[in-house]
Formats: sequence, structure tokens, C-alpha cells
Amino acid sequence: MAKIANHLNRGATAVSDWVNERAGVGEFYKKHISEYYAPKNFNLWYFFGSLSLLVLVNQLLTGIFLTMHYKPDAELAFASVEYIMRDVQWGWLIRYMHSTGASLFFVVVYLHMLRALMYGSYQKPRELVWILGVTIFLVLMAESFMGYVLPWGQMSYWGAQVIISLFGAVPVLGPDLVEWIRGDYFVADATLNRFFALHVVALPLVLLALVVLHLAALHEVGSNNPDGVDIKANKDEAGRPRDGIPFHPYYTVKDIFGAAFFLLIAAFIIFFWPEFGGYFLKPDNFVEANPLVTPDHIPPVWYFTPFYAILQAVPDKLMGVVLMGAAVLIFYLVPWLDRSPVRSIRYRGWMSKFMLALFCLAFVRLGMLGLSQESSTFELRLWTFVYFAFFILMPIWTSIEKTKPVPERVTH
Amino acid sequence: MSETESVDSLQKPADPSRRRLLTAATGVLGAAGVAAAAWPFVSTLQPSARARIVGAPVEVFIGNLEPGQLARVQWRGSTIGIMRRTDRMLSQLEGLNARLRDPDSDNANQQPPYAQNLYRSIRPEILVLNIHCTHLGCVPQVLPEVGPQPFDANWRGGFFCPCHRSTFDLAGRVFSGVPAIANLLVPPHSFIDDDHVIIGVDPEGAA
Amino acid sequence: MKARYILTGAVLLLAAFAAHGAKTSGLDHAGSNVFDTASVQRGAAAFANYCMACHSMQFKRYQRLVQDLNMSEEEVLEFLAFGEQELSDYMVAAMRDEDAEEWFGVVPPDLSLTARSRSPDWIYTFLRSYFLTDNGWDNTVKELTAMPHVLVELQGIQRAVTETREVGDELRTEVIGLELDRPGLMSPSEYDDFVRDIVAFMEYAAEPARLQRERLGVWVLLFLSLFTFVSYLLYQEYWKDVKK
Repeated sequence: MAKIANHLNRGATAVSDWVNERAGVGEFYKKHISEYYAPKNFNLWYFFGSLSLLVLVNQLLTGIFLTMHYKPDAELAFASVEYIMRDVQWGWLIRYMHSTGASLFFVVVYLHMLRALMYGSYQKPRELVWILGVTIFLVLMAESFMGYVLPWGQMSYWGAQVIISLFGAVPVLGPDLVEWIRGDYFVADATLNRFFALHVVALPLVLLALVVLHLAALHEVGSNNPDGVDIKANKDEAGRPRDGIPFHPYYTVKDIFGAAFFLLIAAFIIFFWPEFGGYFLKPDNFVEANPLVTPDHIPPVWYFTPFYAILQAVPDKLMGVVLMGAAVLIFYLVPWLDRSPVRSIRYRGWMSKFMLALFCLAFVRLGMLGLSQESSTFELRLWTFVYFAFFILMPIWTSIEKTKPVPERVTH
Repeated sequence: MSETESVDSLQKPADPSRRRLLTAATGVLGAAGVAAAAWPFVSTLQPSARARIVGAPVEVFIGNLEPGQLARVQWRGSTIGIMRRTDRMLSQLEGLNARLRDPDSDNANQQPPYAQNLYRSIRPEILVLNIHCTHLGCVPQVLPEVGPQPFDANWRGGFFCPCHRSTFDLAGRVFSGVPAIANLLVPPHSFIDDDHVIIGVDPEGAA
Repeated sequence: MKARYILTGAVLLLAAFAAHGAKTSGLDHAGSNVFDTASVQRGAAAFANYCMACHSMQFKRYQRLVQDLNMSEEEVLEFLAFGEQELSDYMVAAMRDEDAEEWFGVVPPDLSLTARSRSPDWIYTFLRSYFLTDNGWDNTVKELTAMPHVLVELQGIQRAVTETREVGDELRTEVIGLELDRPGLMSPSEYDDFVRDIVAFMEYAAEPARLQRERLGVWVLLFLSLFTFVSYLLYQEYWKDVKK
């Protein structure tokens, strides 16, 4: 037995050496996992990056299997989803994993973004990490919007109608642009078919490439931490940060625990509450798309409502669309709007804390307002104003406030 | 491992046994979880409820089937041939053994136990056969007449697959020296009465 | 530590967000239970007798009932299916769409997914809220519904209790309640149970996988709890190395 084990071991080593000499897998493993030194003081907020990756993998896997049964055809799409729910063995589970995953994707991504805002993770030298991250967010919005159209229920259909019509606000080109996106004179089979292609092939490829770049950029400059201390400034004789610990095993075991807890919550939703009170799966989407019947109320999915509320706050189509687009794109500017000499909110003044809290409040409140039809215009505008004030006034409050001294080493 | 031990911020434990145990426990549980989660994904690829309904047993009326005639029906996407063989055809089946690859139908995968006999059928005259060639799935031609053929000067009647020239006798038994190596498949079937055969259902009492 | 408070706050906010949408106003609570097989079976029979003359369930096969509801193939065919229909057929209405169009002005909607697109409470309240006016049937849940009260022989005839109020200059008459004018074959509580069974069946039919889903879910949660616990121990074990 021992002899066989020995042979197997030698064989395995030989194979891995062979691959290594040609593909540098070992180098890659060292650089990104075993000898990637991450700060030792990550807290709860640092789970959401790895969780986003987990959800992405879930979406890709379940998506591939859904594609095997789904029909991207206006005549067949709705029935094919019910076919998956009823006739395909375990199809319901795969579908709920995908639909729940879509919403949870935004939960973890929003928390991940908030983490970056709290600890100044976008500041020099991590601007590129942030830019790639915001781009991932943008592509993710497109990806989820197109995915939402595929079940071809009433909300899919009318949501697509409304969102595509936004492009009609573009001066001069508007109407032609809308027609070009739809591929027909109304949201139709052609629209569904191209959204399917983009949702299952094009955008996932872009998303994957961006995620790889996001991680590569991060590992080039190293992770930030809740203290905002640059751990690379203090290295030992071997050139390792004194406050760093190898990603593996310390953060792998921590992330496994985080993933397990996250899966527990996800499983609860998938198995006991897949509609999530109408937020993850809308009641109206259980009615097949019908171009002749407009639902009374067409709210977007919850993760778009903050931006949708901003659209509603403006009494002009073009300006509304511009403002809504600006609400997303303005995130790109954050690394340059922030003039604070410190990264982490821990060592900033009260103004940073107050403004970030206010921004979060505005974001959530806008989200709630965007869901309802009867939101007061005053409130919509108030919170829209707060939302933009956070960004536009950032150079001011970050430069005038008094900051606390940042320690040299990370704290716990 | 020795490299990380010298990292300033780390202090390795003296006794790693608890660590090993927990790593193993997490690993085993994780592997079990992944395996359990993989099962639904694998299962989605099996025939769905709809496919199974479409693949339900097919009932065929054979009361008007003339002696020597072959009727074709579809069952689970395959062409099933039903032939009422004449006494002359049946008698041809004897004495071919030397030229056949599996004359006694020893390959149990190719027919249900109740069709493992000389005629490869329940009733000698009624042949129920999945007539897709066991080589690569083409549907062979039926050439029931005795007489020389280009591919066999001594043809006794049977099936000839034009794709790769495999030949079978009138019980679907494969000849030696052709690409196909198994007899044509006899699907599960049974008789409801004299004039009706049902494909996809074993006779009562047969497993 | 602070991070934990903020995170807890975020979770609570999300929960509040969720609760915000869960409200359904003005509907009675159906209290139906899809796991009560007897109730779902009774509901299936009632559905076949009273609803399926006009309404289909285009995504529902008879065969699935055999599998899910502990009924034999013969029972399903005898009590639930129409005439020549087979087990592998979908539950399709007896009435043709063109006839429906002519008789009711609309094609009765397919009911496969109504329990999900409306809600069990909506169906429950709707079927109990018919009342007779001088112009015919009306319903407090769906005003001027095109559907006649097919269960009238069971429920009896309800009439509206109205109240006339002065709103500004004009008088407005509003329905504030319903009262039983002529009793039917069932007492009100029997009728409620009868409707509850139909709702349970429609809830089941809207998502047949739910039976399997929730049963399996318990085991999945138990397994993941265990895995979370063990992985927590592993995390703690490794992190003992990390100097404060």
C-alpha cells in the first residue's frame, strides 16, 4: 500500500511540475493565495467581496442549466419557465437558486460598495480597483435587467418597455435608438431573443473578464483594511508586511465560514420564501406577457428602485434620464472627489460619518419611494438632493473636517 | 509551511491535532455538501416529466398486418418494426447459427428474457424489433426475400444496413463479419389481445 | 464591534423593507394549507366540479395529482378528469375559448398560477364576496367581474349593506358589508371551509414543487447549520495563531 501511495505521490508531483513549468500555476497560487498577504484586521464587512464571487459562480452554474431548458421565444418562454418549475427534475431548485441569487448578488454588492466607501478603499493607489468595481456594477445592472425580461411575464414585458423607452430621451437619435434596441416596433420576440444572447453569453463574458481584472488590480496594490493603514509600509526582513497574514489558510477558512453562513440564509430564502414577499419574484410576473394589458403599477425590481426614484423626481424626460444615469456614473468620480488625508472612517471627523450615514439613508429611502406610485414629489426631490449632495459636496467636507491621527500599525 | 511560521503576526500552535481534525471535518462536510448540491444539477439532464409522458407505452393494432408485412411505429424516438413472419421465414431462422455472431441471444441487453429464444419474440410469428442498427443507429432496409444480394450471395432474408453494411437475419440476429456486434434490440412489449400489442410494457408476471 | 452594529442595522432595514411590501390590504386570511393532503384533495374535486367547466390549468397534468396527492390513477380519472381525457393530459376546461368569448365577453383566465399572481387570500375573499344587485352579480373584491357566482347554490345569495354619505356636495353610496339574504346548501362556516379547500388546491397547483421544497428545505438548513458551526470552529482554531 505504502509503495503504491508513494508512486502515486511521485506521479502527482511530476504532473504538477510539468504543468507548472509551462503555465506557472504555482506562481499564480503563491501570488494570489498562499503568499498574498492580507491585513490581519479584516472585519465583517470584508466578507462581501468573496461572497460576490460565490454568487457569481452560482449564477453562472444555475444559469447554464436553466439555458438547457429555457426557450428564448415570445411564444414559448413563459411556458418553458413553468416547464422548468414543474417537469424538469429539480428544475424548480435551479430556478430559485438563480432568481434568489440575482437579488442576493445586489445585496452583497451594495454592502461591498458601502465597505469601500467607509474605509476609503478607492483612495490612491486603489483607484483602478474602484473603477473596475463600478464598471462591474454597471454591467451587472444590464445583466440583471436583461435576465429579468426572460421569464416573459407581465413585469418582464412592461419593465422592458419602460426601461428601453428611457433611451428615447436621447435627443434626435432617441426614437431610432429605441427601435434598434427592440429590433421591432414594440417589445417583441426579437427583443427577447437578443436579450437572451446578451444575458447568457456576452455580458457574463464581460463580467468575468472584469472580475479577473478587479482582483488582479487589487492584488497588485494589496487590500485596504478597516484602519486604512498601508501595511506595505512596514515590512519584515523577508519583505512581508508585519501586519499581513497569508490569505491561505487564514482568510480561506474565514471566508468558508462566511460563505457557509451566507448559504444558510440563502437556503432559507430559496426553500421557504423564494418570492421574498414579492421582492424577488413579483406576483405580476406569474402572468404571461400581454402587450394589450398594462399592469396598474410597474415598479422595477427592488435593487433598481433607488435609481428609478431619482428618475421620478425630475419633471422632464431627458433630465430625468440624465440624472438617473449620473446617479450611477458619479461613483466613478469618488476617488477624486474625496480629499481626505485619511482613508478609514475611523479616523475621520464627524462630517464624514454624518454624510455617509445620510447618504445610506437617502439610498434606502429612495429605494422605498421608487417602489410606490404615490410617493410625494417633495420627498423624492429631497432625497435625490441628499444623494447628489453627498458626492458633489464631498471635496468640501472631506477637506475641511478635522481628522484623527492614524496609527502606524493596524489595530484590532 | 516553514515560511509562514516566521511571519511576525503569527504564532503557530504546538499541537496541530485539533486543527487537523477540524480541517478534515470541514472538508468532509463540504465535499458531502458539494456532492449533494451536484445531484440536482445532474438530475435536470434526465428525461423530464414531459419527455417521460411522450415516451409512454404505445399501443399498436396488428389485426390488419399481412403475413410478411412490416409495420413501423415510433416509440421514444426510435423506429419500432412489427413484422408478422410467415412459417417459411421462421423456418429460415434455423440453420443459420454458424454464420451468426450471437445465435442464441446470449447478450441479455439486447432483448428481455421473455424474448430470448430462437424467434426472439413472445409469439413466434410476431417480431417486435427496434430496427435501429446496433452499429451506429441507422435504420436498415428490410430485404425479406431469399436470393443473392450484392453484399451476400447466400442471402436468407433479413435486414441490411446501408450505412456500413451490417446484416441481420429475420429475428434481428447479427451476422458475423459486419461492423455491428450486437443483435437488434427487442423492446419491452406485450400483447393486450390477439390484435393489439403494446410497446414499452412487459408482459404481466415478467420482470 | 461597531461594524457588527451597522451590519445588524442594515439587516433590520432590509427586513423592514421586506415587511413593507408584504401587506395585502382588505383581504380575509385564507388559512389554507397545501400540506393538508385531504384538504387539497377535496379542493381538487371541488375545482373539477365547479371551476373546470370554464377555467383551465394549462400547466397542470392529471398525472401529477396522482404523484402528489396520494390518489390512484383511477380516482383521478373518475373524479377529476373530463370525459375522454387521459392522465397525461393537461387540465383543460370543457368550454371552448370562442364559446366563452360569446357567452361572457371574455375568455376565463387560466388558473394555473393565480394563487401566485393574485394571492391565496385574494381568491379566498373573492369567492366569498359575491352579492346580488338589481343588475346582476357583483363582487366587492373585483368590481363588476364578468364571472357569474357559480357557487351560489352552496353559499346562498348575499346582498350588499350600503351606507350613503355626503362627500362634498354629492351623496355617495358605498358597500360597507355583505349579508346573507337567502341561505344556500352550506352554512357560512361550511362554505368558508369549502372555499379554503379550493384555495389550498390552487396554491398547490400554482407550485407543485412546494411540497418537496419545504420538506427538503428543513434538511438543507440543518446540514448548513452544522457546516456553519464546524467551519466556525475551524476559523477560530486557525485564527488563534494571529497575534493581537
